[in-house]
Amino acid sequence: MSHSVELSGIGMSFGTTRAVSDVSFKVEAGEFFSILGPSGCGKTTILRMIAGFIQPTEGRVLIGGRDMKGLGPNQRPTAMIFQSLALFPLMPVWENIAFGLEARGISRAERRRKADELLKLIALEGYGERMPGELSGGQRQRVAIARALAVEPGVLLLDEPLSALDLKLRQHMRAELRALQRRTGVTFIYITHDQSEALAMSDRVAVMSAGLLQQVATPRQLYDDPATPFVARFVGETNAIPGRITAIDGGTATLETGLGALRGRAGPGAQVGGQATLYVRPEALIPGTDDANNLPATIDRVDFEGAFALVHGRFDDGAALAASVPSTRLADAPEPGARASFSFQPRHGVVLADA
Amino acid sequence: MRELFQRFGGWLASFFLILVAIWLVGMVLAPNLMTLDYALRPNLPPARIGGPEDSYSLANFAYLANEAVHRTIFFKTVWASALVTLTTFVVCYPIAFWMAQRATRAQLSIALMALIVPFFVNEVLRTLGWYIILAYRGPLNAVLLGLGIIERPVRWQGDLGVLAGMVYAYILFMLLPIYNAIESLEKAQIEAARDLGAPVWRIHWRVVIPHAKAGIATGCVFTFMLAAGSYVAPALLGSPGSRWFTEIIYNWFFEGGDWNRGAAYALVLLALCLLVVLVTLRIFRVNLADVAK
Repeated sequence: MSHSVELSGIGMSFGTTRAVSDVSFKVEAGEFFSILGPSGCGKTTILRMIAGFIQPTEGRVLIGGRDMKGLGPNQRPTAMIFQSLALFPLMPVWENIAFGLEARGISRAERRRKADELLKLIALEGYGERMPGELSGGQRQRVAIARALAVEPGVLLLDEPLSALDLKLRQHMRAELRALQRRTGVTFIYITHDQSEALAMSDRVAVMSAGLLQQVATPRQLYDDPATPFVARFVGETNAIPGRITAIDGGTATLETGLGALRGRAGPGAQVGGQATLYVRPEALIPGTDDANNLPATIDRVDFEGAFALVHGRFDDGAALAASVPSTRLADAPEPGARASFSFQPRHGVVLADA
Repeated sequence: MRELFQRFGGWLASFFLILVAIWLVGMVLAPNLMTLDYALRPNLPPARIGGPEDSYSLANFAYLANEAVHRTIFFKTVWASALVTLTTFVVCYPIAFWMAQRATRAQLSIALMALIVPFFVNEVLRTLGWYIILAYRGPLNAVLLGLGIIERPVRWQGDLGVLAGMVYAYILFMLLPIYNAIESLEKAQIEAARDLGAPVWRIHWRVVIPHAKAGIATGCVFTFMLAAGSYVAPALLGSPGSRWFTEIIYNWFFEGGDWNRGAAYALVLLALCLLVVLVTLRIFRVNLADVAK
């Protein structure tokens, strides 16, 4: 039985420090939802408010439509997976998994049966008698997930649980988490500062910065239609060319920049006469000149990365250039130190008003 | 051993080893052997020492076994020391938990100061402080009378006075090992247990206490040994009905003039303390090496 989670205007202050301001969003039941942001943006505070470890100084948290005000973490239908996992090192694996059931007064035999069932679910059959210290990082990870699932939570809260693992294992665990979420149908709320993690696993992502909610959208929308300059810069790589909007016509904005007039999609808040920035992804830049949107630049270096080469340099107005050129078209990539020109389709650029 | 030599070189390492050996032989082994020697011999006037009557026997131990009053006081000392240990634990555990997991840095400094500063004063004076507080016409009775809690003054001195004085005297020996142990417990484990629905008592029973086991055993062993071997608190705060076994040993040595019987009594107390320590460690499943840390 999975629950929806709704935050309505929640804020949190620690003394004079404002950790979270006026955040509202709704996570649907059964959704894999990520909260993405740099460290110190307030994402962990939000998770701890949902779990009940701290009470928000303003606003409300509703889980399954019920107001959670005044309820502690042991009274909420949530279970949390901690960054450090926080397995109990002095209990064997099966007692770890069954700890929540023990706290609910369920008999030992029934606890053991449930623990074995969950061990099967996480593909660790026969590991029940081991101690957590005897397991590998990935196995401990799975035990932590099983321990949280044992209490049949409506919402699973995950606080960067993959950050301690090495890259290969992390990528493997991503796929496993996603599969587990589909199989169990439990609502997952996942905290991360790793955008590729958030984009790869989530149904939707909330991006936070300095305690403020920037945007809630699907991974695809975040990447293609960032709503704020922060999202445009934080999610994926981008080129940013500043200027002033001279015209908006049918959703296409014309921006007067140091590189001449450039055209891109008008984003939220774009107004004629306003200072704005045009954001265009590295893979949208095509070497060579076109009818419109030509960007003259000087090349510093070309990093060959296998499937593509990353071209670094400066546009003539001083802004940094990053362009990725597929290996199949490597012949088009300019030489380091050379002058070059790139172009892009107006639909691949987005114009956002400066904050 | 080899590490010692590698780190300090032959001369310095040998010097350390000799110092330790002198300590062990001169301060631990020799006095205990002498005590044993005394305990096994009869109490004779100087002229007859070394004579035909001066032979080894268990007579001094047998005397304790057959003397009903001393035997009772011995067992009372054992269980009273256990009670002191338990009471000290009950007082210290919540304070240690609060200091290790909940207190802010400033609160911790103040609490540590408040606990340690009284120990700058020596044990006799501290116990004298309790003597004054608990006196028949002392401040405690005055306050309780003033508040109307009691109708006539209470004689605190006796079992209760000894208990209070000892719990206070040994609080740090219990508190600091437990504090150290709980301090190393990761906060997230407590949060995880809470998040999984465990009530407070179960979090302590299943997560905090198992983690702090070695520290608790250390504190209990220290406190029990100090309590069983205590002299000042029962002497000052006790009454004739609350005599401690150490007082009887003292009497044999310095009032009865029978060092041999006193030595036998002292050895019995030592043996008992060792037994209690080993049994406690076995119950807690802790090694002696963990306690030494």
